Amino acid sequence: MKKKAVDALPGSSWSPVLINPNLPPERADIVIVGGGVIGWSIAYWLKQKERVRGGLRVIVVERDPTYSRASTVLSAGGIRQQFSLLENIHLSLASADFMRNINDHLFVLKEDPVDLQFNHSGYMFLANEQVAHIMEENYRTQRSAGAEVSLLSPTQVKEKFPWINTDGVALASYGLENEGWFDPWSLLNAFRRKAVSMGVVQCCGEVTGGLCSHTQTPLCVMVEQVQMPNSLEYQPVECAIVVNAAGAFSGKLAEMLGIGSSPEDSIAGIPLPVEPRKRYIYVVHCPDGPGLDTPFLIDYSGVYFRREGLGGNYITGTSPEEDEEPDTSNLDVDHEFFVDKVWPSLAHRVPAFEKLKVTSAWAGFYDYNTFDQNGIIGVHPLINNMYFATGFSGHGLQQSPAVGRGVAELILDGNFRTLDLSGLSFRRILTQEPMLERNIV
Amino acid sequence: MAAALRSLHRCCQLPALLVVARRPWSSSSMTRPPVHTRLLLYLTQHFYDVEMLLTWMFNRKRTGIQKKNAYLGYAASLYGPQVAAAHFILTLKGGLRFKNQSDWFRANTKGKFSWDFVNYKDVQIEEIDLSNTMVNYRGLENLDTQRSLRTLSLKGCPEVDDWFLARLHVFQDSLEELDISHCPHITTGGLAALRNLKGLKRLDVSSLPRIQSPGLVVILLEDMLPKCDIVATGYDYSFVQEDEESKVQHMQGQSA
Repeated sequence: MKKKAVDALPGSSWSPVLINPNLPPERADIVIVGGGVIGWSIAYWLKQKERVRGGLRVIVVERDPTYSRASTVLSAGGIRQQFSLLENIHLSLASADFMRNINDHLFVLKEDPVDLQFNHSGYMFLANEQVAHIMEENYRTQRSAGAEVSLLSPTQVKEKFPWINTDGVALASYGLENEGWFDPWSLLNAFRRKAVSMGVVQCCGEVTGGLCSHTQTPLCVMVEQVQMPNSLEYQPVECAIVVNAAGAFSGKLAEMLGIGSSPEDSIAGIPLPVEPRKRYIYVVHCPDGPGLDTPFLIDYSGVYFRREGLGGNYITGTSPEEDEEPDTSNLDVDHEFFVDKVWPSLAHRVPAFEKLKVTSAWAGFYDYNTFDQNGIIGVHPLINNMYFATGFSGHGLQQSPAVGRGVAELILDGNFRTLDLSGLSFRRILTQEPMLERNIV
Repeated sequence: MAAALRSLHRCCQLPALLVVARRPWSSSSMTRPPVHTRLLLYLTQHFYDVEMLLTWMFNRKRTGIQKKNAYLGYAASLYGPQVAAAHFILTLKGGLRFKNQSDWFRANTKGKFSWDFVNYKDVQIEEIDLSNTMVNYRGLENLDTQRSLRTLSLKGCPEVDDWFLARLHVFQDSLEELDISHCPHITTGGLAALRNLKGLKRLDVSSLPRIQSPGLVVILLEDMLPKCDIVATGYDYSFVQEDEESKVQHMQGQSA
């Protein structure tokens, strides 16, 4: 009886019609499709930059709240400044700055301070004679951009890390500061917690379509159809701006919205060149392995490994050849790949790894940009309210804070303010001018 | 009608604050804060003013620390980097000793210090004592140029964290003694950053509260820095192993 009285008063959530409480609102200013670290970073920065409290209505739509197939949480979690493209170096440096002051940005009252579990162990790239000159050029670019990197000769490498076999190594590039690895789940949750406390609406559903207004020029996406999980219920969300931060699945989303379905020689006919690529990570245990100062070592053959915890566990993997890409319909791990491709090079480089045991493994998707393996950040040339922040091909996590800030500046201020990322816009795909990154792992 | 009710429901629910504030205290790893803090945080859920006030006080404290650690560019351009670094250390109530001098420059408890250090424009600083000061990563910019620094003491500094340790690589050629005991924000990931200090002869890592397995970490540090003498007191190294049976008996005894 008392409960009925409480329900009858205004402000209670009783209604005679059963409404699904998880539906997104009918109208929003900005819909961010994709609840990974890039999506939540953009949501946080949008709320951070809005000039009036509550002035922007932002929704983040994520179809899988368990994040079972999201690239963010399956990533190895490394951050480095050793890139060849200046934009990538600046993005990574800005993100490291953000992570250093993360509690000034993402602290929420009444919650614990953010702990990223950052290991400052640095990255080390090994080069053989053919690519040593590329490494030297990259070193000069990195130093001029402000990254703290040093070049080492094979004897210096052997002196610093006696467990490396320097056979075939002509030059090594070692990061001194702002490089290492961290916990991607903590970063994602920190962004999400802060964004939700600032008023971003989190919606669990899948975007199954979008209505473009063809009568108006220029074209714009007006309504996004969000379908609830495991049901036929959907909610059309009217929006002013759509941000595609769907990671490995952004190519499919773009196709759904009609990008790339016109004849090939028109602007509308160019598809978003992002597709999922499966990558394996193997956890191995080696009791006699390298110690606390192990950097994230990347060999010129493509094999990488890093220390995980203090108990002699390491994470390792490699990128497969172009023509041997594994099937992306599931996230099953191929253990033969480890024995055939990873272990020989690993044992050759670090002789202690001849005796190891694979304790576990997982697979994750790269949001691989088939055009030039670098992120696509910016607005679509035709649909003027569709923004992209995808295609990072394995280095999205480490650039996420700076990318979020860039996209928020683009949306709210109209152009980039702190970092000029116009080189990474969709325009380079139209003009077919690739910005190739020579240091992709 | 359904739409109107839904929007009313949403307005009244204050979704943002409640989502954040619903976590009970028992799941937090921190110990319960004092009563006045708990009262303030309870009020924060219900009043925007209290929330704004608390956020403003927190931000003011942070900007205060950043201001103390600002880069003394004007002093550096007028008097040179050594004098600017000395001034910075003295305003933070630290101590320093120049190369080839035997006396230390320090501020007294009221914060006053003598200005004799201005005479040592071209002399590098050899030992710095910044224990119990508010120095942080931003302040290290003032000390970057002292490339013949031999001793650095950061005992009990509340703002020294892993990123600060990572920046210490600028002293890798000269640093011989480092004391980072009692710093509450240093974790194992930061200790891995000391890999670059190959010339280190003495390292003090006592009583670091955020190190989970201190014995193992000390052994790994000794492997990483073979020429270094590592001091690590203040940890409980005893083995406390309860096997399953005694644990069950203990719990049964408690419930009975």
